[in-house]
Amino acid sequence: MSAIAMSATAPRSGWRKLIGFNMLTGILLGIAGWYVGHFIGDHIHGANLAYFSAQAGENDIAIMLGYFLGVVGFLIGLGFANYPVKRLLGHPPSLAANESEAHGLMRYFSLSTDHKVVAKQYMAGIGVFFFVAGLNAMLIRTELLQPDVHVFGANQYLTLVGMHGSMMMGTMTSGLLGPFATFLVPLMIGSRRMAFSRLSAFTFWLLMAGEVILLTTIFFGGFQTGWTGYQPLGAQGTAGYDAYICFFALVGLSMTLFGFNLIVTITTMRARGMTWSRLPIFVWGTFATAWLMMLAAPMLIAALLMAASDRTVQTAFYIPGQGGSAYLFQNLFWVFGHPEVYILALPGMAIVLELMPVFARKPLWGYRLAVAGLLGISFLSFFVWQHHLFVSGINADLRPFYMLSTELISLPTGFIFLCAMGTLWRGRIRLTVPMLFCLGWIFNFLWGGISGVFNSDVPSDVTTHGSFFVMAHFHYTIMGGLIFAFFAGIYYWVPKMYGVNLNERLGKIHFWTLFIAFNSTFAPLFALGFMGMPRRVVTYNPSFTSLNQWVTISAYVIGLSMLVFLFNVVWSLLIKREPATINPWHAKSIEWTLPTPVPLHDFDRLPVFDADPYPYGVEAAPARAPAIAPARGSA
Amino acid sequence: MSASGEAVNVEGTRHWRNVVLLWLLASVIMVPVVVFVLGPGLPPGNGSVEASGQTSDNIVLLALATPVALGVLVYLGYALWAFRERTPEVVLDGPPIRGNSSVQFWWLIVTTTLVLFLAGFGTIRLLADGAGGGQGPNPLATPSVPAVGSRLVVQVVAQQWQFNYRFPAYGGVETNQIELPENTLVQFNVTSLDVIHSFWAYELGVKADANPGVNNIAYVTTKGPLLFHVRCAELCGLWHGYMFNQGQVVPKTQFAAWIAQQRVKFAPATKTLPPYSKTYFPHAQRRAG
Repeated sequence: MSAIAMSATAPRSGWRKLIGFNMLTGILLGIAGWYVGHFIGDHIHGANLAYFSAQAGENDIAIMLGYFLGVVGFLIGLGFANYPVKRLLGHPPSLAANESEAHGLMRYFSLSTDHKVVAKQYMAGIGVFFFVAGLNAMLIRTELLQPDVHVFGANQYLTLVGMHGSMMMGTMTSGLLGPFATFLVPLMIGSRRMAFSRLSAFTFWLLMAGEVILLTTIFFGGFQTGWTGYQPLGAQGTAGYDAYICFFALVGLSMTLFGFNLIVTITTMRARGMTWSRLPIFVWGTFATAWLMMLAAPMLIAALLMAASDRTVQTAFYIPGQGGSAYLFQNLFWVFGHPEVYILALPGMAIVLELMPVFARKPLWGYRLAVAGLLGISFLSFFVWQHHLFVSGINADLRPFYMLSTELISLPTGFIFLCAMGTLWRGRIRLTVPMLFCLGWIFNFLWGGISGVFNSDVPSDVTTHGSFFVMAHFHYTIMGGLIFAFFAGIYYWVPKMYGVNLNERLGKIHFWTLFIAFNSTFAPLFALGFMGMPRRVVTYNPSFTSLNQWVTISAYVIGLSMLVFLFNVVWSLLIKREPATINPWHAKSIEWTLPTPVPLHDFDRLPVFDADPYPYGVEAAPARAPAIAPARGSA
Repeated sequence: MSASGEAVNVEGTRHWRNVVLLWLLASVIMVPVVVFVLGPGLPPGNGSVEASGQTSDNIVLLALATPVALGVLVYLGYALWAFRERTPEVVLDGPPIRGNSSVQFWWLIVTTTLVLFLAGFGTIRLLADGAGGGQGPNPLATPSVPAVGSRLVVQVVAQQWQFNYRFPAYGGVETNQIELPENTLVQFNVTSLDVIHSFWAYELGVKADANPGVNNIAYVTTKGPLLFHVRCAELCGLWHGYMFNQGQVVPKTQFAAWIAQQRVKFAPATKTLPPYSKTYFPHAQRRAG
């Protein structure tokens, strides 16, 4: 390790740090790429330009090419082309040289192959866009204070709805795995890195490029399709819909590669003794999710490529009058879309199950059942997608099958609940902030699951489909589930990731305000849906006004609660910086035996495992680190 | 070791009994409350035969969901009360229980039974009359015509951003309001001229997506006079929020008078309409670019 540090070039000082392959260069090349692409597009499409000159900026080919070359430029600027180019020229650089390239703060703004840096990049990037998307939600609720249009126009409102949905979905697909799996999976399985370190960085920067592209939709008239982007409505859309296509295609690519990377890492990089039956449950959850990411996301990319070609090169995949079908997009979208919601939910379940033993001071109850639950959900989620199309008229004869398959998912989900509840049984429950969020997860996800039974039952779904009831249902599973688990993970692992403690009192204020405001926001939406309020409407029946106002005010309290969290982060991580001990939670999994901060190459010697990570309640926990066996490949 | 193990088991049995008793108590109180207090208020009400069917389905689902939810909540509350660490300063571990095969077995049996029952129940209810949902061009479930009633086909033509209604049995007249005769089996042929919409007649318990180029059929059997709201339930562009309407179920004589009046009123328009068809392909809207 010291040899690597010695071989590194001396760090540059001052503004010179900004020269080289980093985010700044990436942004500059990205902008350049956009203009080059736009220029080419205008010329490709020159023949028709006169016709379109009335609609400025409406040349979809130019815009798509601009986005594409912009992303390419951004990635080149970050240094993703260095390795292939040098290799082509006959002298490939070593990974070690790459790692030591950037030092200090600068490595967070560059291509880094250190999984811990990538995890922190994910955390920051996802945090930023999570808050942007959350702000969109606040604006949506502001518009719904009154039944008539009073703050935003219909187009602005629908763009906000679409951006909130797309950004939350796109960001949070990597929201738990990005920061936590990238950081923890190598540590938990006793590896020094992800299987494909550069790919890890690639998926992160691709996601960020996508997010920025989604934000540019506001310059091109926004898009009115919501996050589902249904055709042929999308085909009518202004160029803002191009941003939606490029964003989701990039997210899809990022997800596919990330899932692939995780599967290979977990399958091949486990240390000696880390058998499948000793795998921490979080790693199992990651594994189950990674399969979904790898297999489902390509469907999305395919669907969007066809949408893009409909808009640019005059194909008609989705245009009914010309041999296309509006069903095709719905079908392809939900083949991706339903696994997608489990890509969001599964890591949350895994985090809850991983944390429960630590704070109940007991081994995970029913380990095999929990694994079966995670894998079962993952498998079944590929067979349920047409429950989104129960009243669409497509394959109406198959509705009993999709009703059954959807309801079957409650079996493995029940396993997760049983294991979480069993772990609490006669434990010594410590109500720390992460544990509060885990318990909040159980409470919220329960309502999410139960309302899901109403949606899965076709006769009941006839009323609830497309109404606020559905909206409340998936916010209970995603916000009440994923986001609560996200915060549980943050409060739990930040001491290890950043080496500082988050303030506990502020954490508790954050939890209680969020928990109460969340339920106060989304429970009334079930009632509104039952009363007949459709989703995504800018105006509504005046009889729904008082409930909507209640919901909006509660939503503002969610916003305030997030500000408490933000303040906690700034205060604890930037100002106070109270150093964390190695193992503040007295946890028994391996990441807590490592020094804080975790050293560059994680383990001095690769560990050897002889038990699962939950030896609570036994006299002497098996010694695991420092490991006794020599590391593979080291002297 | 065996003595302490015995004590642990006795204590475990006590906790177990407490949880079960509390759950039974809560369920005995709450199930009648939700069925008899919440139940009648569940949507979509009793505006049509299909709506009543959905309402009773919702009551069954809620009655089954209540003990399940209470089970988790009672257990959670009890666990937090009984198993909470009273001396958090000292880190002590709980007993190393790694599972319980009989609990796992019975959990699997009970949840599987519930799920299979729900799926079977839903399927039977769905196949009986289609439950008011859109069934595509070849409906699997067709409700029978009511004894004292008749049958009426209404085509719902959705477009950005309104619903029009076409009555093939009445000279193919197209109206922008809807009235339906009471005690009638109404067949809605739902289609769209542009993008995907969804025809949602809330009080009738009808929802069917309007897809361009597709005839999506939904049945409803009207009862007595009723005012119902029609809303679009699928995001269809800019003025989706304004795509709503009201309709009425009226006595048969009143319907006959209304439709005759509409035929006269819209006679000039009817001549210019394309002939009645299951679907329409207007001039395709191509995005230029």
